[in-house]
Amino acid sequence: MSILVNKNTKLIVQGITGRDGSFHTAKMKEYGTNIVAGVSPGKGGQTVLDIPVFNTVEDAVKATGANTSIIFVPAPLAGDAILEAGNAGLELVICISEGVPTLDMIKATNYLKKKGVKLIGANCPGLITPGEALVGILPADIFKKGNVGLMSRSGTLTYLMVSLLTNAGLGQSTCVGIGGDPVAGLYFQELLQMFEDDPETEAIVLIGEIGGDAEERAAQYIKEHITKPVVAFIAGQTAPPGKRMGHAGAIISSGSGTAAEKIAAFEAVGVSVASVPMEIPDLIKQKMK
Amino acid sequence: MKIHEFQSKEIFSRYSIPVTAEKVCYTTDEVLSAVQSLGMPVVIKAQVHAGGRGKAGGVKLAKTIEEAREAANKILGMDIKGYTVKKVLVAQGVKFNAEFYVGLTIDRNSKTVVFMASSEGGVEIEEVAKENPAAIHKFSIDPDLGMTSFLARKIAFKLFSDFSLVKQAVDLFQKLYQIFMDTDASLVEINPLVITDEGKLLALDAKMNFDDNAMYRQSAIEKLNEPTEDEKKEISAKESGLTYIRLDGSIGCMVNGAGLAMATMDVIKHFGGSPANFLDIGGSSNPQKVIEAMNLLLADKNVKVIMINIFGGITRCDDVARGLIVALDEMKVDIPIVIRLSGTNAEEGLRIIAERNLPTVNSLSDAAQLAIKLCENCSEN
Repeated sequence: MSILVNKNTKLIVQGITGRDGSFHTAKMKEYGTNIVAGVSPGKGGQTVLDIPVFNTVEDAVKATGANTSIIFVPAPLAGDAILEAGNAGLELVICISEGVPTLDMIKATNYLKKKGVKLIGANCPGLITPGEALVGILPADIFKKGNVGLMSRSGTLTYLMVSLLTNAGLGQSTCVGIGGDPVAGLYFQELLQMFEDDPETEAIVLIGEIGGDAEERAAQYIKEHITKPVVAFIAGQTAPPGKRMGHAGAIISSGSGTAAEKIAAFEAVGVSVASVPMEIPDLIKQKMK
Repeated sequence: MKIHEFQSKEIFSRYSIPVTAEKVCYTTDEVLSAVQSLGMPVVIKAQVHAGGRGKAGGVKLAKTIEEAREAANKILGMDIKGYTVKKVLVAQGVKFNAEFYVGLTIDRNSKTVVFMASSEGGVEIEEVAKENPAAIHKFSIDPDLGMTSFLARKIAFKLFSDFSLVKQAVDLFQKLYQIFMDTDASLVEINPLVITDEGKLLALDAKMNFDDNAMYRQSAIEKLNEPTEDEKKEISAKESGLTYIRLDGSIGCMVNGAGLAMATMDVIKHFGGSPANFLDIGGSSNPQKVIEAMNLLLADKNVKVIMINIFGGITRCDDVARGLIVALDEMKVDIPIVIRLSGTNAEEGLRIIAERNLPTVNSLSDAAQLAIKLCENCSEN
C-alpha cells in the first residue's frame, strides 16, 4: 500500500516532446513507472522513448486505458491541459508547470472537483511511491521504501528532507509535493487523511512554509482526525515580512501567515516542529518509539 | 503587481463605475490649476504603492487655494513607508452620509474569488477583520456562474435597505467582478464606497493588485508598473528566470527552489550567520542563469561569502556546475565560495567543480557553518 500512485499507475505525459517533458519521461521510465502514452498536439503518431504520442488526452486514454496524467506544458497552456486531462476520464492529474495564472487554476481546480478527478499542483515536483512509481521530477535515488509519509509545499526542500530521512534509515511510503501556489489541487488535509488510511504509513512529515493559513488548517485537522504521529518544518522562519519569496503563496502580510503562528498552531495539537530540517529524523524516531 | 489609485479609478471609469472628478498632478502649480477647474473643496492624496497614506499625512482636505498650496507642498516629496511621493491625486470634495467597504480577492481555501463587503468602511479593513470579524460579509463566487444578479443582490441587501441603492450596488458589484476577471487581478477594493447626499453610490478610493503570473496576457496593465530601484533589480532577475530579494546580511545565497532557499536562510540564521539575499535560480536548468545569479551576488558589496546550495530535480547539477565555471572564467571573483550539490546529475556536477579545486561540502549544516566561518575571517581582515 501507499497513496495515489503505485504499480497499477498507467501514466500519460502531457508535453512529452518538450525539453523538460522528455528528460523526465526518461527518468520516470528508468525508475520503472508504467508510462503508456504521451500527448503533444500535432505530433500524434510519433514515439518518444518507444512511447506512443497522441494529439489529444482523450485519444491517449482510449488507446491505452491510462488512469493518471502528468503535465509539463508551458504555464500559459497549463490551465487548459489540466482541463483536458480532467475531461478525459483520468483519476489523477499532476501539474508540474510553474507560473500558471491564478484565475486559470481556479477554473481548473473547480472543474476537476466536479469531475471527481484528483489534482496535484500546479508548480509542484510531483510524487513518488518508492519502489513502485515515480510521477514527477523528484531525484529518484534519494528515496527508500519505508513507512514515513511526506507532504510538502516546496520541491527542493522536499529532496533535502528525504535525503536526511533516508540517511537516518527512515524509508518513505509516498512523498507528495503539493506545490507553492495560492490556488492548488490536493492540500494538507486531503493528504493527511490518505496517509491516516494507508496501513503502510506509520508517521507523517509535513513541510510547510510562510504565507496563507494552510498549516493552521492542517493543525486543526490533525487534532480532529489524525491518530498517527506528525512532525513538521516551516520554511521561512527568518524571512522579512511583505516580501514574496518565489512561491506566490509565500508572502507574509497583515500579521498572518508567519512562521511563528504556524509553529504555535502545530505545537498546540502535539505536532513536533523542527527548527532546522536536520532535526526531523530524530523527531520522527522519538515519536515512533 | 500594484497600481496607483488614479490608475485603478481610470479602469473603473472604463466600466462606468462612478468615481470622483479628479486630476493627477506632479507639481504644486499643477495642483493649483486642477483646483481651478475642479472647484473647492478638494482632497489631495499621495499616489504611492503603500497603504496607510492617510495615517502618514499623505491625504489632506483643502477648502481654500492657500490650503491646497500648503497641502501640495507638504505631500509632494514626502516619504511614505520608503516611497517618495512624486504625484498627487486632486479629487473633488464630495458630501456623503455613509461609508462602506467592498472588495474582491482570491480565497486559497475555497479556491474561488471571494467578495467581501462591510458597513464599516473608511477605516483599515485589516483592523475591522481583527476587531470585529463578523462585520465583514464574505461570499464565495462559483467560477462557473460568476457574479450572478441574485448573488449581487444578496450582498447588496447586507449593506443597504433602500432598494434604489441595492439596484445601483448590484450593477456596481457585477462590474467589479468583471474587472477582476478581465484584468487578472488579485485584489480589487473600494474603501470607502460612499452614498452621496444625492443618494448615489460613488467610489471615493480604489485599489487594485494583479497576478504577476498573468502579466504576459495583460500588456495594458503591465505598462502601468512603476518598480522601485530594488524592485527593478528583482524584475531583471525574474526576466532571467531568477527570483532575487535583497536583504542586509553578508552571506550571498544561490539556491534552487523557493522553499529550499528559505530553509537555507533559516539554517544560516540558526548557526548565527546572516543571509545577504534570497535568490532562487528556479526550476529548469540553464547555465546562463548561474552566470546571471553570480552577477547579482557580486554586485552586492555586502556579500563576503557566496554559498551555493543546489538540490537537483528538474535542475541538473552538472548544468549549474558548468554555469559556475563559465561565470568564474568571465568575472573576477575574489570572495570565497562554498558549494553543495546533490540530486540529479550531482556526481557529474561535483566532478566538474573538483577539476577547478573549488571546495564542496556534503551537508547543509556543514555548508552554512563553513560559510559563516569564512565570513567571520573576512570581516576581521
